[in-house]
Amino acid sequence: MSDRLSVFKTYKLYVGGKFPRSESGRVYEVTDPKGKWLANAPLSSRKDARDAVVAARKAFGGWSGATAYNRGQILYRVAEMLEGRREQFVREVADAEGLSKSKAAAQVDAAIDRWVWYAGWTDKIAQLVGGANPVAGPFFNLSTPEPTGVVTVLAPQDSSFLGLMSVIAPVIATGNTAVVVASERAPLPALSLGEVLATSDLPGGVVNVLSGRTAELAAPLAAHQDVNAIDLAGADAALAKELEIAAADNLKRVLRPAAVDYTADPGTRRMTAFLETKTVWHPTGALGAAGSSY
Amino acid sequence: MTTTTNPFAYAPAPESRAIVDIAPSYGLFIDGEFTESSGQDRNKTVSPATEEVLAEYAQANAEDVDRAVKAARKAFEKWSALPGSERAKYLFRIARIIQERSRELAVLETLDNGKPIKETRDADLPLVAAHFFYYAGWADKLDHAGYGPNPRPLGVAGQVIPWNFPLLMLAWKIAPALATGNTVVLKPAETTPLSALFFADICRQAGLPRGVVNIVTGDGRTGQALVSHPGINKVAFTGSTAVGKAIAREIAGTDKKVTLELGGKGANIVFDDAPIDQAVEGIVNGIFFNQGQVCCAGSRLLVQESIQEELLDALKRRLSTLRLGDPLDKNTDIGAINSAEQLARITALAETGEAEGAERWSAPCELPSAGYWFAPTLFTNVTQAHTVARDEIFGPVLSVLTFRTPDEAVAKANNSQYGLSAGIWTEKGSRILAVASKLRAGVVWANTFNKFDPTSPFGGYKESGFGREGGRHGLEAYLDV
Repeated sequence: MSDRLSVFKTYKLYVGGKFPRSESGRVYEVTDPKGKWLANAPLSSRKDARDAVVAARKAFGGWSGATAYNRGQILYRVAEMLEGRREQFVREVADAEGLSKSKAAAQVDAAIDRWVWYAGWTDKIAQLVGGANPVAGPFFNLSTPEPTGVVTVLAPQDSSFLGLMSVIAPVIATGNTAVVVASERAPLPALSLGEVLATSDLPGGVVNVLSGRTAELAAPLAAHQDVNAIDLAGADAALAKELEIAAADNLKRVLRPAAVDYTADPGTRRMTAFLETKTVWHPTGALGAAGSSY
Repeated sequence: MTTTTNPFAYAPAPESRAIVDIAPSYGLFIDGEFTESSGQDRNKTVSPATEEVLAEYAQANAEDVDRAVKAARKAFEKWSALPGSERAKYLFRIARIIQERSRELAVLETLDNGKPIKETRDADLPLVAAHFFYYAGWADKLDHAGYGPNPRPLGVAGQVIPWNFPLLMLAWKIAPALATGNTVVLKPAETTPLSALFFADICRQAGLPRGVVNIVTGDGRTGQALVSHPGINKVAFTGSTAVGKAIAREIAGTDKKVTLELGGKGANIVFDDAPIDQAVEGIVNGIFFNQGQVCCAGSRLLVQESIQEELLDALKRRLSTLRLGDPLDKNTDIGAINSAEQLARITALAETGEAEGAERWSAPCELPSAGYWFAPTLFTNVTQAHTVARDEIFGPVLSVLTFRTPDEAVAKANNSQYGLSAGIWTEKGSRILAVASKLRAGVVWANTFNKFDPTSPFGGYKESGFGREGGRHGLEAYLDV
């Protein structure tokens, strides 16, 4: 059409609600599956990973303490923001995964709908997995789910956008905060997601996105003493085993990698994997013990 | 203390041990019958109160474990295919037989473990029977448990349990496993194998099909052989955090599902408006129940500064009335420490507490000359950095810290690698709810402590492990979901 020279975007990390470059100053070349150069993405360092954990921990109190309704509104807002940038993501997903425009559009549509699905879950999951327990004694006994804490998420390597959304949304829907390692080969949709999250009322630090070498970033995160859980979706079998061993050091909750059809109904598994059950006993007293029928 | 002139002194009231018939020697329970180990190693189990040898038992080796896993695998096909209603009836039978034999089992447990008969009789055994009764009812209702239609069992479960509640931990492991259609190989603790071996006899009385429950006795080597056996699908472990981490490493990269119930350093928080006498009873129950050998013990007392003196005076007064001695005596409050090894560990940690500058006070009670004993002890002037405030002692030792505001109480309570239990004592309902919601612990007791029920999920946050036992939640550990 025109001869106008387009404006390239410098892709940056998303950490603590800000868009830093890697502290290391490193970048790596990101290409499409045919090898065509797309962008230089930050090649994050261990220090970037640790900074992201600090940001995620700082955000945990506020996010886990927010009402479930509020979290639902914000997740829905993410869907709204994505819808507005639909064309951009279709282009990025098509480039990243080597898909036709229509196939990429189907991925993006499903990803947006996934946020809507999880937005609705925030204030329902507690009723599903918690409840009162009929103990044999004068006690009110209530079990409620609570978020595990800071969760490291290794995003799926192949499904750069739908897979990515499918692993992030369930983690934060329940009140956890996340450090996400984007698909190593196709990180650009994940880095652009940061721009959406930043304008969705999501508090800074709830989701932090790193790009780089999965194995290099995952090792310090799996061993990190202030990380509570790890989703190994993006790790191959050998790396997953190594990370699971490192994760045992502070008994992180581990979600092992498994073949997933990201277009199917996700169920509740990815939410319950990062929930703790707290059970509280309250004495009920002994009104009526003398036989009064009121 | 001289009690001879005291007209109100308790006369001895020992429960008769004639109700229990302990054989001099036990083999392994594999494929529905007692068999000998292929090796020659034998262990002895002693009464911790007297150091009397109660029986000899086999040290199962890797070959024995393999035999047990194969028996369980063979039994799995039929057991998992049985209608849930039939599995339920076996479990109901077991629950009933436990009730029938509960006095015998209570005396046995007290002999082998050293805990007071009033605890085995009034807490352990009723809870054991209730646990089987509860999960029996689930066996034919799994479609309604919230895990989708027709949830499938995992296969063979390898279960390793501790010595502090030998039969109760067995019930927590075996009842949900069997209800969901799994078969099990269970290893009881090396110092308390007897009630599990008696349970094998209960399985026979109930007519449980061969191989559904297998009991292999031995020390950590047997447990290691079981956990690393490629033929098991599930590991369930209750015990120390160190071993729990080793298990988590061991099963990394496999398909084995795991649940871990590990250590704790529970905070028992007493606010200035708490009813002091009730709180004192709760503190005593929290840390001196079962000689403090409880993973969810309230081993850190956090008391609001303004009532510290009053509370500690009342607590020391109460501790001075606790009766330590013969576990079989119905009036005994504090029994024996389970083993010489555990006593040495408690003693060493208490010495560390003193060496680090905390102030030690022990209840004035006479310790029997034979057996393993430790007087109820508390430490004051404890800071968060002290070893006695950080490490799990697993004994009758309470560390006392203070706080001024609810925020400080929560921060101190959560300042631990563990997150199993906590207690809150206050008359203010909204404060209970606010504090409970901020505590990173799996079980919180408000104005009570150490209450258990088969319907109530139990398990930890952080390094206290993962997975829940009890309630609907407890089914998940044994289902392929």
